Amino acid sequence: MGAIIDKEIETGKANLEVFSSTLQELAATDRDIVAVTSDSRGSGKLVPFGQKFPKQIVEIGIAEQNLVGVAAGLASVGKKVFAVSPACFLTARALEQIKNDVAYSDNPVKLIGISAGVSYGALGTTHHSLHDFAVLRAINNIIIVAPADNFETEQAIAQAAASEQPFYIRFGKKPMPLLQPRSESSFEFGKGRVIKEGDDITFIATGETVYPALQAAAKLEKEQGISATVISMHTIKPLDHDLLTKVAATGKPILTVEEHMVYGGLGEACASYLIQNGHHNRFKIMGIPDEYTVTGSQNDIFNHYGLTESGIAAEAAKLLEK
Amino acid sequence: MKQMTEQELQQKSVQYRKNIIKYIYGAKAGHTGGSLSCVDILNVLYNYVLNVGPENFDSPDRDRYIQSKGHTVEALFVVLADKGFFPESDLETMSQYKSHYIGHPTRKVNGVEQNTGALGHGLSLSVGTALAAKMDARDYRVFTLLGDGELPEGSNWEAALTASHYKLDNLCAIIDHNKLQITASTKEVCDTNPIDDKFESFGWAVRHVDGHDIGQLKEAFDAMPFEAGKPSLIIAHTVKGKGISYMENVLKWHHGVPSEEQYAAAMEELDQVMATL
Repeated sequence: MGAIIDKEIETGKANLEVFSSTLQELAATDRDIVAVTSDSRGSGKLVPFGQKFPKQIVEIGIAEQNLVGVAAGLASVGKKVFAVSPACFLTARALEQIKNDVAYSDNPVKLIGISAGVSYGALGTTHHSLHDFAVLRAINNIIIVAPADNFETEQAIAQAAASEQPFYIRFGKKPMPLLQPRSESSFEFGKGRVIKEGDDITFIATGETVYPALQAAAKLEKEQGISATVISMHTIKPLDHDLLTKVAATGKPILTVEEHMVYGGLGEACASYLIQNGHHNRFKIMGIPDEYTVTGSQNDIFNHYGLTESGIAAEAAKLLEK
Repeated sequence: MKQMTEQELQQKSVQYRKNIIKYIYGAKAGHTGGSLSCVDILNVLYNYVLNVGPENFDSPDRDRYIQSKGHTVEALFVVLADKGFFPESDLETMSQYKSHYIGHPTRKVNGVEQNTGALGHGLSLSVGTALAAKMDARDYRVFTLLGDGELPEGSNWEAALTASHYKLDNLCAIIDHNKLQITASTKEVCDTNPIDDKFESFGWAVRHVDGHDIGQLKEAFDAMPFEAGKPSLIIAHTVKGKGISYMENVLKWHHGVPSEEQYAAAMEELDQVMATL
């Protein structure tokens, strides 16, 4: 994948692939692991899972409300359920089932939102999930996670499987480079991962926008001598307030980046915490604006809205100039 | 569990009706008509069918009852209290600040399997629960009570498909077919008839019963599964407000609360019935 800052970054797979292989590893030793799909085993890369563990996959057909309800029923009697469906349908069509049957009822389903954000690109707004953080943040008792790289994905899946709590974990289908060598990495829900330390500005990103944020940090350092801290805030809720307090205490600007509508997501979650706790750092939220989303591939859409190396670097420079 | 005689079950039904009225009157809130229409079904389930009580509520092999029509929670609370899941006096707190005894079932109340209240959820939850039994070769059964007014919820039909697809003959849905909902008759609001043909075409085995006839209810539950490899549906024909003559089939008693005079009249009527049993 090339050099970021001063070290080689390992090329990775799509987080979706890693989800599938991790789930297979878990299912091999735990027969209570069950994947529930809505005609989504192909798009969820679960065909091999279904072949290896035919008794541990439940096909519902295209009926997301029922997918989540059945998943909750299965989880209520001890199954470790991964309900897998495109993030757009899972978190909109089945929102009431998520709210009532999973979160309120404390049925510990792991909701897996595949091809999240604008991963489906030119399939258009019907297939985009730019609302999922916002709607789920407003629901009590669900952990919301957007892993950035393969390491975070495998950890999130394995740790969620062992947890008694409801989860929503979303990712895309683009190959994602490893952000740090595994030997230097650790993962804990609710604890942001500091990928790179810097002195002038902090980037707080999540999911597939962490990598362009890291690229932007390298570009700023190389071209302008600006040094950025880069955080992968993989857990949107509960948010890592300690880490936010720490970066805010530097007094330096904070730039958040997410593949989500600018309303209700990571950025507003950070802003809300910071303002209510007396921090007044210069602050900017980057994401998808409140408009009819431009059409095109995921890359086109990222380029259009500046969720790129150069776009993030430019916003950072502007924020520093203020 | 010691088998109750039919007379004892009939006495239970009257006592449950008295308690439903008593606690709704006390709370000044509740879904009166529907609680009265479904309570004979709950009576037979908890006192004849389900292998469930406070002593085994943590057993993975217990039968499950999930109330999809969560709003008639008063009937469920009264039956659960009678089964000893909690002291009946707890129901004096119904709908009060910080009480767990709210207007819909929650697991904060001992004996409640699932939090319900939004309509069209119970069947999917029940399908998942019944499917897990099949996967693990456990022989518990799953029962869910639906209101006829909630049948237009599309999720019911999604779940009905899954239930027959997976041949869940350990699942029984009961429709409390009292033929009224908050606005008008179910026929006027959204006619779902013929319910039996619809479910049969979805792969279910269907029976009709008089939902207030203890004998017919027992016989239907005894016959489950009605067909091997198929989920069972009992369409229980009921009367909304059953047992209180001025409430029967009267729309306003969907969630009407009796006045002092009406309360006294209801209790007197039920006492008279009890005296004949």
